[in-house]
Amino acid sequence: MKDIASWALETAKLRGATHAEARIVDERSRALATKNGRIAGASDSESLGIGIRVIANGGFGFAATDDLSREGVERCAARAGEIARASSTVKSQELYLVPEPPAIADWASPCKIDPFSVPIEKNLDLLFAIDAALLAVKGVTLAETNMNFRRYEQWFYSSEGSEIHQTTVTSGAGYAAYSFQGTEIQKRSYPNSYGGQFQARGYELIEELRLLEHATEIAEQSVALHSAAQCPEGKFNVILDSSQLALQIHESIGHPIELDRVLGMEANFAGTSFLTLDQLRTLKYGSEMVNVVADATPAHGPGLGTFAYDDEGVAAQRTPIITNGLFTGYLTSRDTAAAIGAARSGGCLRAEGWNRLPIVRMTNVSILPSESPLTLEQLIASTDHGILMETNRSWSIDDKRFNFQFGCEIGWEIRDGKRGRMLKNPSYSGITTEFWNSMDAICSRDEWTLWGTPNCGKGQPQQVMGTGHGAAPARFRNVMVGTAYKGNE
Amino acid sequence: MLGRDQANDIFDKLRRLSQADEIELLISGGRSALTRFANNTIHQNVAEEEYHISVRSAFGNRTARASTNKHDDDSLRRVVQSSNALARVQYPDPDLLPMPTKEEVGAAAVDCADGPVNRYFEATARLTPQDRAEGVASMVNVAKRHNLTAAGIFSSAEIVEGIFNSKGVAGWYEQTLAEVSVSMLDSSSSGWQKANSPDRARLDPVRMAEVAAAKAIESKNPRDLPPGKYTVILEPAAVLDIVGFMFWDFGGSALLEQRSFLNDRIGTRLFGENITVWDDVYHPLQAGVPFDGEGMSRQRLKLIENGVVRAVTYSRSSAKRMQASEMAGKVGPVRPTGHGFALPSEIGEAPLNIVFAGPPEGESRSVEQMIASTERGILVTRLWYIREVEPYEKILTGMTRDGTFLLENGNVVCGIRNFRFNESLLHMLQNVEVMGTPVRSCGEESFDMVAPPMKVRDFNFTETTKF
Repeated sequence: MKDIASWALETAKLRGATHAEARIVDERSRALATKNGRIAGASDSESLGIGIRVIANGGFGFAATDDLSREGVERCAARAGEIARASSTVKSQELYLVPEPPAIADWASPCKIDPFSVPIEKNLDLLFAIDAALLAVKGVTLAETNMNFRRYEQWFYSSEGSEIHQTTVTSGAGYAAYSFQGTEIQKRSYPNSYGGQFQARGYELIEELRLLEHATEIAEQSVALHSAAQCPEGKFNVILDSSQLALQIHESIGHPIELDRVLGMEANFAGTSFLTLDQLRTLKYGSEMVNVVADATPAHGPGLGTFAYDDEGVAAQRTPIITNGLFTGYLTSRDTAAAIGAARSGGCLRAEGWNRLPIVRMTNVSILPSESPLTLEQLIASTDHGILMETNRSWSIDDKRFNFQFGCEIGWEIRDGKRGRMLKNPSYSGITTEFWNSMDAICSRDEWTLWGTPNCGKGQPQQVMGTGHGAAPARFRNVMVGTAYKGNE
Repeated sequence: MLGRDQANDIFDKLRRLSQADEIELLISGGRSALTRFANNTIHQNVAEEEYHISVRSAFGNRTARASTNKHDDDSLRRVVQSSNALARVQYPDPDLLPMPTKEEVGAAAVDCADGPVNRYFEATARLTPQDRAEGVASMVNVAKRHNLTAAGIFSSAEIVEGIFNSKGVAGWYEQTLAEVSVSMLDSSSSGWQKANSPDRARLDPVRMAEVAAAKAIESKNPRDLPPGKYTVILEPAAVLDIVGFMFWDFGGSALLEQRSFLNDRIGTRLFGENITVWDDVYHPLQAGVPFDGEGMSRQRLKLIENGVVRAVTYSRSSAKRMQASEMAGKVGPVRPTGHGFALPSEIGEAPLNIVFAGPPEGESRSVEQMIASTERGILVTRLWYIREVEPYEKILTGMTRDGTFLLENGNVVCGIRNFRFNESLLHMLQNVEVMGTPVRSCGEESFDMVAPPMKVRDFNFTETTKF
């Protein structure tokens, strides 16, 4: 791979590039899915190619090809240079990369059981067993299961001397039961909606999820929701389970702290951010209990945002984002860090694959658990009146990340410290900073899960990226509940 | 670019390598480039060329797929082996049909560049980084002239898609596509426009930049309006982004799996009498492949006629399953329509070439005419972050974005802070008072469509954001 990269870097240099990077990626993935006792997805795929990013005349250029012959790579590098020179003709600000020492490294994510070594028959037996268990519950009209594996091997070389080889294995699985009755379709998912749980681990994750054990209960809940009371509308104390809180973090903290959004670089598509530069170290983002980090280091756990080096060769870091409620950090890259006076990138530049330009991305953006012991049951017991909401069903937030609305699959009324009747169609909404300032309790480490969001979209052309979000159940006071259904009578 | 003959050669090799009962090749890819700008500067500028080879093997009623982007003999051998190995261990699928024959798929009306609808334009294919940079510069100049900041994209692509199977099916399609999207930003406001076409000559970046700039300027210092039900005028991009969510339910598989809002509703009047919708890949303003994931020619379908859903799409398999189900006879015509996705598929099929029928002659109104006839209402440029809240009543939530205006007494009064909506598509399409002439439109939440601007009463805004 070093030879291939050298053809790219040499050609770029000869064509006038002042900086060049080559990323060669060899990717393998498997996707299996069932639906109502039939196979709904069975595919293996592999992809190999090179992406070349250069700076020439003070402009960025990127070109990618799956032709790894010397001629193909040199042609691609020359094209990246041509593109960079075209970029430089429309320029209102100078391009500057903060310094980063070159790194030589070899790293692999933890993987006890290679998921590609597990017989496919075993994968299918598990999925079909879950599918059958879901359908065995009267009233379930649709059962869906899925299992996904990916092996992503990357070689990164730069004109500054970096040589970084990384291999990441990710695994994920989940299922959902749907029930259609009358004029309602209800749904329950496990362990999370939209594909389940994903981490940078091997097949051991699938085994630990104990998928089949929960299938009957999940299916029964999907049917029971039809006879549950409608979630009321008004201001309530709300407890979010850890998977929903993870998505809340993703949308209302993870995206607005992306410095490229703040600087207007995503204005046409993903949007900008309310976190203008003057807010750093001045904005009271949340209550004193809110402590959030962006942590790509393996010490944080095997999240979808865990790596040793980002896609421009910057070492993984842990950045305090919210510290005792105060806004303290952005997600940065080498070309954005200088805007906040940082001497070094925070290491957040990531690409979907070899054919995509790396852009600022979340790593693992996680809320830290309470240091004092607090279980979910204890949190419920300390709540006089409220609603517990579990498992995301819908999510939406404005393009500056102020106003959000989330729907969940199931709710539970809390009265006098006890979990009471089931509620259907729970939803809540609010303004980001008001919401995080209303948090008055979060559970401790035993309730904390590092969730994976495998489908975060951003960029043009759009890129889908996996991000990690550690969260524990937490309580928020006086949250607006139920407006999603208001006025649709 | 990879041509039909090369694709055919690849399929011949794959077929010789495979021991499966049947084999199918889907090949797709091409050349694409995208120039991205923000803060009046080109900050990202990319190009790629890639072709995916996706092989489906079938052994009796077991099937699976493997894909690669490598075309050398070893890679082709490996992808066939992967596809075969994965297919052999599948659980049998009693609904899996043998691959279709050449006769069964029918002839696609748009086969390639020399077909009746030409969607390959040399001028688009030949666009260079310099050409795109000049287009961007022209938009940035508009921004500078108005003391605004511009952000957006200028992209171009030439794509191929082919399907070959061991029963003799050989479909091939080539197309170009150019796209421009531009946002104009002021300190308290923004405006936006987006358009695409196979023919670059149909795009006018400067005019789009001027429209976006006017929206940003006219919506400066937006007022805060209380949420509630308002008459809205939705520009075509707003229409397509919201209505696009319902068309995924227009499939036989969605009905059979009871995940469609059309379950128990086909043949009833769901929408206003002024709503008639086709799926028509052959429409001159449409684009896209004229055959489906098994090579079946796409049929032109009238999905909604005067507010009544008349037909849904079917793959070969879902048509067979529907014909054998209790629902048959209650769901309109049941036959393969050429809208199936590549097998195996979680979704089944869907219509993705939506064309709204325009109003009767003399009843079409432009956005300006709609504004002039509005006593009090809201003009919406685009909608954003739309998600489904409730699947059967089709309640969707989302935000307005990049140019939302208060209308009073036939005039645009001022910009307003963006609203969150929670609106049932059933209600919305029952409340369309006036429509304009459908145009080719694109947004960010749904697929491209031929959609009209619409004036809709009682649109349900539930909250306001801070800008």
